[in-house]
Amino acid sequence: MSENPVIEVENIRAYYETRYGDVKAVDNVSFSVKLNEIFGICGESGCGKSTLIKVLYGIIEFPLKLVSGRISINIDGKSFLLKDNKDVNTIRKLWWKEISYIPQASMNLLNPTVKIKDQFMEIFRKMNKKITRSEAEKIMQKSFDVLGLPKEVLSSYPHQLSGGMRQRVVIAMATIHNPKIVYADEPTTALDVVVQRGILEMIVELQKKLNNTFVIVTHDMGIHYQISDRIMVMYAGKVCEIGKTYEIFQKPIHPYTKLLIESLPRLGDKSERKSIKGEPPNLLSPPKGCRFHVRCPYAAQKCAKEEPSLLEILHGRYVACFNPLS
Amino acid sequence: MKRKKITKRLVKNLLYVLKSDTRLLIGTSVLVTFMILGFIFPYFSPYDPKRWGQVPRDIPPCLKYPLGTTSLGQDLFWLLTFALQNSLILGMVVAAISTIVGVILGLLAGYGGGYLDTIITFFTDVFIAIPAFPILVMLAALFLGRIHILMLAMVLCLFNWPWPAKQVRSMMLSLKERAFIDTAIFSGFGMIEIIFREIMPLISPWIFANFINTVLVAIGAEAGLATLGVSSLEEPTLGTIIYWSLRYQAMFRGYWWWIAVPVGTITVLFIALFLIYISLSERFSIGGSKK
Amino acid sequence: MVIVMSIEPPLLETINLTKVFKIGGIFKGANIRAVDNVNLSIKHNEPIILSIVGESGCGKTTLAKLLLKIIQPTSGIIRFEGEDITKIRKKSKILEFKRKVQPIFQNPFESFNPLHTVGRYLYASALRLKVAKSREDAEKIIHESLISVGLNPDVTLNKRPFEFSGGELQRVSIARALISKPRLIIADEPVSMLDASIRMSIINLFLRLKKELNTYFIYITHDLATAYYISDFVAVMFRGSIVEYGSAHDVLSDPLHPYTEILLNSAPDVSKKWTGKMLLSGLEYKEFESAGCKFWYRCPYTTDKCKLTRPEIRNLGNNRTVLCFRY
Repeated sequence: MSENPVIEVENIRAYYETRYGDVKAVDNVSFSVKLNEIFGICGESGCGKSTLIKVLYGIIEFPLKLVSGRISINIDGKSFLLKDNKDVNTIRKLWWKEISYIPQASMNLLNPTVKIKDQFMEIFRKMNKKITRSEAEKIMQKSFDVLGLPKEVLSSYPHQLSGGMRQRVVIAMATIHNPKIVYADEPTTALDVVVQRGILEMIVELQKKLNNTFVIVTHDMGIHYQISDRIMVMYAGKVCEIGKTYEIFQKPIHPYTKLLIESLPRLGDKSERKSIKGEPPNLLSPPKGCRFHVRCPYAAQKCAKEEPSLLEILHGRYVACFNPLS
Repeated sequence: MKRKKITKRLVKNLLYVLKSDTRLLIGTSVLVTFMILGFIFPYFSPYDPKRWGQVPRDIPPCLKYPLGTTSLGQDLFWLLTFALQNSLILGMVVAAISTIVGVILGLLAGYGGGYLDTIITFFTDVFIAIPAFPILVMLAALFLGRIHILMLAMVLCLFNWPWPAKQVRSMMLSLKERAFIDTAIFSGFGMIEIIFREIMPLISPWIFANFINTVLVAIGAEAGLATLGVSSLEEPTLGTIIYWSLRYQAMFRGYWWWIAVPVGTITVLFIALFLIYISLSERFSIGGSKK
Repeated sequence: MVIVMSIEPPLLETINLTKVFKIGGIFKGANIRAVDNVNLSIKHNEPIILSIVGESGCGKTTLAKLLLKIIQPTSGIIRFEGEDITKIRKKSKILEFKRKVQPIFQNPFESFNPLHTVGRYLYASALRLKVAKSREDAEKIIHESLISVGLNPDVTLNKRPFEFSGGELQRVSIARALISKPRLIIADEPVSMLDASIRMSIINLFLRLKKELNTYFIYITHDLATAYYISDFVAVMFRGSIVEYGSAHDVLSDPLHPYTEILLNSAPDVSKKWTGKMLLSGLEYKEFESAGCKFWYRCPYTTDKCKLTRPEIRNLGNNRTVLCFRY
């Protein structure tokens, strides 16, 4: 098992240009993702996780811009660097080959006028793979068997399938070329719990089979608890905590992580659950100091003036806080 | 005071949008140039566009006559300004009428459902199926160049209203299912109010884009018909200029500018309108698009 | 001595409520019984929160639309306060219904027209539903309503939907629904689009409103955790039928129907990890058209009888019913 990280992110800043100024969606984020793991990114809406994924995948177009920092994707010994908005093309060459992206609400992005099997053919074309129709259909069949999709799905149109089925089709499309990295942004939002569990278990199985890396972005901590190996908690464009999922849930160190976990309802527990008071800050002009200090019940004077940096408190455990809970 | 602020904000928004979308920028600038040429310049024209023999004939483009002159003794530049005006007016009138009729019918059919929907859809499908071109050519045979320009406009309207009707109806069908309609219903709004104040504003960008497209189609149709002689040949339009240049065999006689100018103008105008149309419809597409 | 007993009709009652949709294409023109002979009854004594729980495609949203009179049933009766709502035609009666029954939808950003301010809908609800007699009166009522959901009226009324966060906008939806002081609020997945961390604040708000305003709630969801937390009674729906019903405590601590067990196991709970594997359904229409129990495809206890005959509702006393041969 190599210790070489598949994705290395160093001090990334990615902002949105608007007529009111720059929205600092991702502001000095650093982390690394290993091969053969499911890495979860969590946080409330607006924390920057979707933007971060777009940047990692190389979808950097107006009004999003990469301001500073670097990303290095390391696959099979080769490194692909992203330092500049122009470097996007190096990453794009990997699309439909080594890396793959399942965007939010992707089940609604299927072309409603094209049958499923024809949409797959288009993907094969994008992969620059020259195969006959019958070979293609065999590959699709196999992938569908793994995902539990009946073969009638191939000859149907997207609107004839339920949301859960469409999402499975999208996941099939995103993994059919055995990518080394799969980015999934809220892969089960808008699906009910039963389908959600099925799809999440399917993702875990796929990851084991393909022996690759999945980066799952979702605000639902419950999902991370069930499938992510390590998680990174983000808030208002910054990283709060990174570590092994189990350890973080056992003993969260950053106050935000703790409050997030405590606000989740648990089955069989009617005791009052409290949600975190207040709202995330406006990223056009984020507050000085630690971005969470306004809502933090443990905030000290220092938190309002200085920004905490991400430190490795324990082995593999990173926290950005002046007042960590220990 | 508030009015001023709102317009200022609108203008700022518009400029921002134009800056970020080059196609829209190019299309709009060209269109604006043509509109200035077509609606302001004619007032300064020293010549009456309908009269012949006002300037020496068949002179190629030069300093005195920047676009040359025709075999009929007309200054092509000033002729063009009137032609632009007429073509643009025709295009806009046809687009306006067919869009309004089409949209209203589409809204009623989509929201009302039932018999109303069945009847309107029937007529929409019938008119879409009727091929416009042979009918128009038949009109040509009947009217032989004496068709009044308004009459031509009406005929073009007849063939252009079904398209927005069909599109608006299907948009309405999908919008009708959206939750905010139910919110409006449970807030006490009635059907007419919902159609015109909830749904129509949402599809108005599409309506506008469709309007631009219809202008394009109408101008093109008129030009095509005029080339065949089916138009009000006394009125200068982009199409009639082409007609006369063909009639006088301008290409054969080497007077290329007489045909190049109207054709070039139409082409550029088309491209401009098309660029505006695409960038608007991409911006405001209702329903998902594939990434 | 003559004792006159007046028995108040239930607040809401459905009798064999059925809605059939015709679907083409992959279903080859099949008839889907989205709501299949549903019998519900909510008594009039004190406000309760009834949760209707099930996965997507189980018919709960269709049921909500039927109860809200947004669509008409294929057969069956819906009675609100004793009156059959499917037969109301008079405008004044329809208005009265809208005053007494209000909806909250799943996606707060879809619940409002992005082009208008939210104030427009609040004022309309006050004036057009004839709750307020004048604009000043309406303003007072709206202010009260917004404050009761924890929002500041001065900054809320003139904003457009995109200027709010999901949680705030859903509160606006609730405030709007409260303006006519409804007896019943039907909330279709009101928190599933919100961040997990804000869900509790909205759910706690429902509990408070039930206590303070005596409002009944029908809470439709696929999330058992919040259903358990908030409800008095739970109805579990599967493919159009109510497969289990009972008090929240009974159903969720002692599930009778195998499907309820699956639902309980699927929630991504943070107290324990999943065990075993989830079987996802194949083509859903097969389950709808099953000759026997609709659930037998996925049921771990299935027998031959289940495949061939439709089970009937078993009433086990104490408000407990279940649709299964095992009882």
